[in-house]
Parts: sequence; structure tokens; C-alpha cells
Amino acid sequence: MLNFARLDSLGEILHDALFTFKSNVALIEANRHRETARYTFAELRHVAEGFAGRLQAAGFEPGERLAIVMQNQSKWVISGLGGLFAGAVLVPIDYKLTAAEQLTLLAHCKPAALVVEYPTWRQMLQHETAAALENTLVLVSEAPDGADLGPARRWEDPVRSGFSLSQRRRTDVACIVYTSGTSGRPKGCMLTHDNYIRQAESLSQIFWYREEDNFFSILPTNHAIDFMCGFIVPLMLGSTIVHQRTLRPQYLVSTMKRYQISVMALVPMLLKAFEKKLREGIDELPAWKRTLVDSLVSVNRFATRREPNPELSRLLLGPIHDKLGGHLRLLFVGGAFVERNTAEFFYQLGIPVAIGYGLTEAGTVLTVNDLKPFRGDTVGAAVPGTKVEIRNANDQGIGEVWVKGPTVMQGYLDEPELTGDVLIDGWLRTGDLGELDAAGHLKLVGRQKNMIVTEGGKNVYPEDIESAFDDVSGCEEVCVFAANYVWPRQTMLGEELLLVVRPKSDGDLEQALLELRARNRRLVDFKRVKSYLTWSEAFPRTASMKVKRQVLAEQLREALERETGLLPL
Amino acid sequence: MSTTTRLLELAAEHFSVALGELAADDDFYDRLGIDSLQALEFLSELEMEFDVEIPDYELQGVRTFRALAEQIDKRR
Repeated sequence: MLNFARLDSLGEILHDALFTFKSNVALIEANRHRETARYTFAELRHVAEGFAGRLQAAGFEPGERLAIVMQNQSKWVISGLGGLFAGAVLVPIDYKLTAAEQLTLLAHCKPAALVVEYPTWRQMLQHETAAALENTLVLVSEAPDGADLGPARRWEDPVRSGFSLSQRRRTDVACIVYTSGTSGRPKGCMLTHDNYIRQAESLSQIFWYREEDNFFSILPTNHAIDFMCGFIVPLMLGSTIVHQRTLRPQYLVSTMKRYQISVMALVPMLLKAFEKKLREGIDELPAWKRTLVDSLVSVNRFATRREPNPELSRLLLGPIHDKLGGHLRLLFVGGAFVERNTAEFFYQLGIPVAIGYGLTEAGTVLTVNDLKPFRGDTVGAAVPGTKVEIRNANDQGIGEVWVKGPTVMQGYLDEPELTGDVLIDGWLRTGDLGELDAAGHLKLVGRQKNMIVTEGGKNVYPEDIESAFDDVSGCEEVCVFAANYVWPRQTMLGEELLLVVRPKSDGDLEQALLELRARNRRLVDFKRVKSYLTWSEAFPRTASMKVKRQVLAEQLREALERETGLLPL
Repeated sequence: MSTTTRLLELAAEHFSVALGELAADDDFYDRLGIDSLQALEFLSELEMEFDVEIPDYELQGVRTFRALAEQIDKRR
């Protein structure tokens, strides 16, 4: 179990780990079937210190920000570690955002340094807003020979700088993680060193991690789950992190086998993709083998009814485990709603699935299923040190989930008003609806905030995509909602976005819809709006002309039924 | 045969739809009803067919068969 009572910062803890486990393999990077990088802890310390020294030689001061826009790869980890050694506040930015969106977030956090891959940098340079980075040290990785990098430098340039480990305090901000605001008002969650350290300690208290574990990092490292389970925790434990630079299932499985992956964090979309593969494999078996599998599953279910026993399960159902590499003993799933049947399918096969619930505003997990016994119907109980309350509960015990604990953020960067809306007397109001059962397990049943979470673990806020539908000829005004916000439902399934269109009285609605559909198609798939409705009355607005969303939602709810009022966009 | 034409043939075969139902400027996510993981799987098949290697991130923002064919041609 991890205990860092005597240490103050992530930089200090990770630097200590890189010394302690020096001969262990820390990091492997694979690209399809090729291994493209491998570092022991000692080698990783050497390159991360070099990176830190380079920042320091360029005048980087502790407390300044280092933004990273990269896919999962070794340079992400090296830059992140080096940044923490130099006392940086890391700003992990989603590499899947558009360059314009990334620049919006960069303009908001004003980093002193930026690490970015060449294809992304090339796209950023096409935007005028990239000029805002003129005082930022930009380090570009994997640029081809002779490429024009503008004011940036190559990440790979040799480093000859000295290095000193910067001291940070527990209460200092370690990371700023953006949860929304790519086209509006950015919400950058300020998470402290203490937030991360306490989260790592509580996770290691619940789960039986081992130094020998090999962690597969397939979610983007900028994602709160992978930042903890594919970066921070494995290095603290002396374990190995494996990156695969493609998400294609056939390469994932071969990498899992080759590197004997034992622990993996993923989102429901990937879990379901694995489920599909396994089910197809079982369905293809001859009838007598399927009967045998069913019997072995029954034995396994009985044997693991109180807690998992991965060794026994592998003995019983080895050929099925081999389809996922053969060494998997813990799947950690979060980031979005997990369907009970999917989680139970894996557990019955002897592959423990730990379902958790967290928010960017509060680290990785607030509640998690400790698997003693396994439950697929809840998101588990509060992790040590965290309190969960249901407030304003109805007569069924369902109300808003409020949480308090050591992983809750300091607030949103430069947004005291938004911070005040969600942090009240030390409690974080989540905007999620749930109930607590007698065992203290939290069951989520819906949301009261205007947003959706996709199966891929992406939070999508309507405000962030509304501008995509601005100034369409024939439309007076448009507004985007989460359909469940307008018509609350007690389910986390079927979340989708809805476009409310007020046509111009003399406009051509059909023509406007053609344009709206075209613009919708241009959005990245997880941001697309599924349905629309037309509304003839002017939207209620504040004095500053912002749409009063709650009032408009109430008007829509009173006038229309969800089942009959929506049309496919 | 152009890359786009061959790509349409492969898509029709891979996803079991009639070739006549697919057009170069169709949004393949919408037309085929697939998610991003299925698109990546199909991309692996295209890599073998056209003997190229296309990183996952190059599929970002690519939605039509024609745009996908352009990405393949850039790598050939």
C-alpha cells in the first residue's frame, strides 16, 4: 500500500520512485507490432531530468505552466515527469480537440512551455491565435527533417543542462485539467499535489496492485483516469507502463499478450468492444464446448462470489482469458456509465471489472467498487477519506450527489463565480442524480446538469458546440441542450444532444436544416447533435443577452413531449 | 482504378452493403452506422490493401470516403 506521508509533491515522489526501482522496466512504447521505445526507471529518470534541466535553462520557474498536447507515447511521460521535477503545473490537453479548440485552452492557461507533436503544431500554426504563444517555449516532437517549426524548437534536440528538483507544497496546484469551454468559458480544474497523492494512496488501499504489474495505457494520458492509472500510480509502484500508439483492437490484444498486461483502465466503449469480440468467439464454439464454458462459468461464479480469484479463474477459463492476453487481473472502468450486463459478463468469466465514478473536478474516482463482492449495479462506495451525500432527495431517496474529500479541486482557474456555483462549504455539488443503498454504494440514475457523457468517456457541454450552428440563414436563433436536461429521465443511458431552432418568420426552414445538418456532420462524431425541434417564441435571455437555458428548458418541457417533439437531425 | 473507387468497393464488402448505396462524398460514419473503433478496424484493412501505414490521428476530422482516399494517397 502506498503511503507518502513524508513527501510533499508528485515530483518528489516520482523522482524518489525512479531511484528506488532503477532496474525495473518503467515504460514501453509499441506502435502496432513494433516496439519503438523502452526505458528502465533509471533511464527514465535520466531523460526526465534532462527535460527538466532544459526547461530550467530556458528560465522556467516553479509554478509556471507546462501544457502537453500529445497522443499516448513515451515523450508524454518524459515531459510530464520532467515538468513535475521542474515544479511545473501540468496542463494536459486533449489531442483529439481541433487546433482552434486547443489554442482557446492555451490562451486561457497561458503556459510558459508547450510540448506538442508536429502534426498538431502544423495545424496550430494555421490559426492566427497561435500568435498568443509568442512568449511560450514550444517544443515540437517528431518533426520531419527540414520542417519549418516557426518559433518552436525540436523536442528531440540534445540537452546538456544541469537539473535541480524543485520543491512544491501539498497545497500547490499540480495540474489544470479542462473539463469544458473549448469555445466558450473554459473550465480548468485546479488539482493540487495533495489531491493526486491522496487519490493514489486510496486506490492502492482498495486494489491489490503489485510491483510486477504491467499497466496498459490506452486512454489518452490527458484523461483523468489514465493520468492516474496509466502514469502516476504505475510509476509510484515500480510497475511497467505500456503504450500502444493505435487503438485498433487487433493490436491492443497482441500487445496485451506480448507484454503480459495485468491491469488496464478503460472507458465503457472499449469494454463493450472487448465484450463483442469475446462473445463472438464463444458463439463460434461448437455446442458441446459452449455447454462446457457455461458450466465452468457457473463454477467460477460460485468460487468468486465473495471476491475475485484471478488465478483460479484463469485455471478454469484460460482459453477465454487468452483472448485478452492471458494475464489480465483487473480492469478499471470509468469515465462514463457502465452497463451492468457488460460488467457482469466479464466478472463471470473471471476478469474483475472495477466500476468507479469520478469527475474532473475531483481527481479520478470518488467512489469505486472494491470487488468484495463484485457488484455491477452500482459505482461502488466512497473511497477512503471521501464523503458522499444525497441532497434534496425525493421520496425514493434519489437526489443530487454532493461529495467532500481530499481529491476535490481548489476551483476553476480564474473563474471564482463558476467555482462558487459548485464548491459550497467545502462540498462539491456534482450535478449528478443518485441514491445510496444500505451498503453505502452509490447508484447513479441521471443528471440534472446540462451535459452528456459519451460511452468513450467524453464530457460534452452544449455551450461548447452551439457556435457551430451560428449565423445559419433562415434561423433566428439556436440553442443546444442535453435532451435529458429538458426531459429528465432516471437513466444514464441514451444521452443525446438536441438542437432547438427558431426559424425566421420569412426564412426557408428546409434550406436552413440542410445547412444545420452539414455543419453537424463537420463536428467530431461524439459532439454531434442527434435531434432537433423548432420553436417559434423568442428565447428568454439575460440582460447580457445570454440564453436563460433553464427557463427555456422549462418552456419546452411544458409544451412538448420528448417522444413526439423531436425529429432526427 | 482510383483510390476512392477501390475504397468504396472495399467498404461495401467489409460492411456488407450494396456498392450502389455508397457515394464518394457520403459521411461513412452516418452511411455505414459505424463508430470510431469500427472505422479504425476498417482502416487496418485499407492499410493492407494499399500498402501504407496511416496513424490513427490522421482519421481525425475525416468523414467522407473521398477525404479518406486523399489521406491514403498522401501516404503512397
